Amino acid sequence: MNAATIRDGYNFAYLDEQTKRMIRRALLKAIAIPGYQVPFGGREMPMPYGWGTGGIQLTAAVIGQDDVLKVIDQGADDTTNAVSIRTFFKDLTGVKTTEKTREATLIQTRHRIPEVPLQADQILIYQVPIPEPLRFIEPSEVETRKMHALEDYGVMHVKLYEDIARYGSIATTYAYPVRVNGRYIMDPSPIPKFDNPKMDRIPALQLFGAGREKRIYAVPPYTEVLSLDFLDHPFEIQRWDETCAICGSDHSFLDEVIMDDQGTRSYICSDTDYCSQRVQQEAVA
Amino acid sequence: MISQEPLLQVKNLTKLYAPEKGCEAIDFELYPGEVLGIVGESGSGKSTLLNCLSGRLIPTAGEICYRNRDNQWLNLYALSEFERRRLLRTEWGMVHQHARDGLRMGVSAGANIGERLMAVGERHYGDIRARGLQWMQDVELDIHRIDDKPTTYSGGMQQRLQIARNLVTHPRLVFMDEPTGGLDVSVQARLLDLLRNLVTHLDLAVVIVTHDLAVARLLAERLVVMRHGHIVESGLTDQVLDDPQQPYTQLLVSSVLTP
Repeated sequence: MNAATIRDGYNFAYLDEQTKRMIRRALLKAIAIPGYQVPFGGREMPMPYGWGTGGIQLTAAVIGQDDVLKVIDQGADDTTNAVSIRTFFKDLTGVKTTEKTREATLIQTRHRIPEVPLQADQILIYQVPIPEPLRFIEPSEVETRKMHALEDYGVMHVKLYEDIARYGSIATTYAYPVRVNGRYIMDPSPIPKFDNPKMDRIPALQLFGAGREKRIYAVPPYTEVLSLDFLDHPFEIQRWDETCAICGSDHSFLDEVIMDDQGTRSYICSDTDYCSQRVQQEAVA
Repeated sequence: MISQEPLLQVKNLTKLYAPEKGCEAIDFELYPGEVLGIVGESGSGKSTLLNCLSGRLIPTAGEICYRNRDNQWLNLYALSEFERRRLLRTEWGMVHQHARDGLRMGVSAGANIGERLMAVGERHYGDIRARGLQWMQDVELDIHRIDDKPTTYSGGMQQRLQIARNLVTHPRLVFMDEPTGGLDVSVQARLLDLLRNLVTHLDLAVVIVTHDLAVARLLAERLVVMRHGHIVESGLTDQVLDDPQQPYTQLLVSSVLTP
């Protein structure tokens, strides 16, 4: 370890080694049982709950000196949450950081999956606010655990039914429930449902950390992740009539931006790295 | 009319909280399509017995055997919890005294009716919706209110919704705990009439717990009288109510107020 690059008085990646071991043990269990929520002894982190305390603990537990870290918040590398967490790890590990999805070995994310397909040597770490997909209908933790254990998942479709009854179509657009490996129902964290198909059988490892609820879960590489739906109302992702105002992309997830007081709108890619890569390629060509 | 082999066999069922509190050494058989009433005063063990029967309270002794659709005998408490829950939402139904215990108050009436269907793997929204509407009609609820939450329903409507929610998977055996308790008399009468019709049409076997002898007389074909956790008398409803043999039953029958 190059001690000079780490802030004085801190262990590598902030957490002490025993805590990291504890989290890694929970991670191994989570990977062994895809989609199952493993309780772990979540620590206080130097930031408030809801800012990614779960994700940051997972990153701290798995990060090594040769890793290249990328942090995104709603797809962007330059927002407060992303910048703070990236600086935090730069300060306390000294590892290389990047904004390029292809160069990263570890990607900590809040609410998005990068547009560029992930590779086998990459780990995607999600920040999760509410890990329990059954919570909206069953407030009791004892009961939801039993429902998971007994595969008693009828209520998940009750939520989708309510959507169709009220809005005419499945109106859930984010945190869209999935079934992992044909067994556990899982909350994919509040990613847009646009990203759900990107979780299915990808070569990368996906880890989920919920700091306040103290739960870890995982989707191992090449694991089936299916979005729930009805036969006559199949799962669909969002589409836009517009294209990105910066790079012209017609197939990426677009953010709507209000431009002036008259309500003029513009659409731009939420994945900033993807957008700038496309602009660069165009400039070269 | 009643077939030879019973649907449910209860042998020496015991669950005591204290001496004479709970139920002890209960034996009876229930035949397909039969309505059995359990009557008795408060604290006589009726509800304990019903909870044991419906798989929600593990008895200390005795066994409950149920013959399923495939004609296999199942020992209720020897089943895994997974199988027991499956049984509860496919072949059995449970109507609670308070509709709030049996309904999901946060979702619409249609979702309440459809939940059991979705739990057993129904995945076609149109079909679930159609069956919800059909059942709303069958229990005399306004079909235009299918998307309203049960919180906006009256007590009687909630109770009817609870019945629809249970019957949607065509159970063979339904447990009812004071289904008319807390309803005013005219609503009670309508609900009882509805129940009687449904029971006859669907050939349901029912175990109904009540302290109201009028309800028992109207619905039940056979009656079990409980006191201090024991069955003190049993027989055909009219026989028990018109010619009670045991002192306690005589007291119970004579205590009924007639306007």
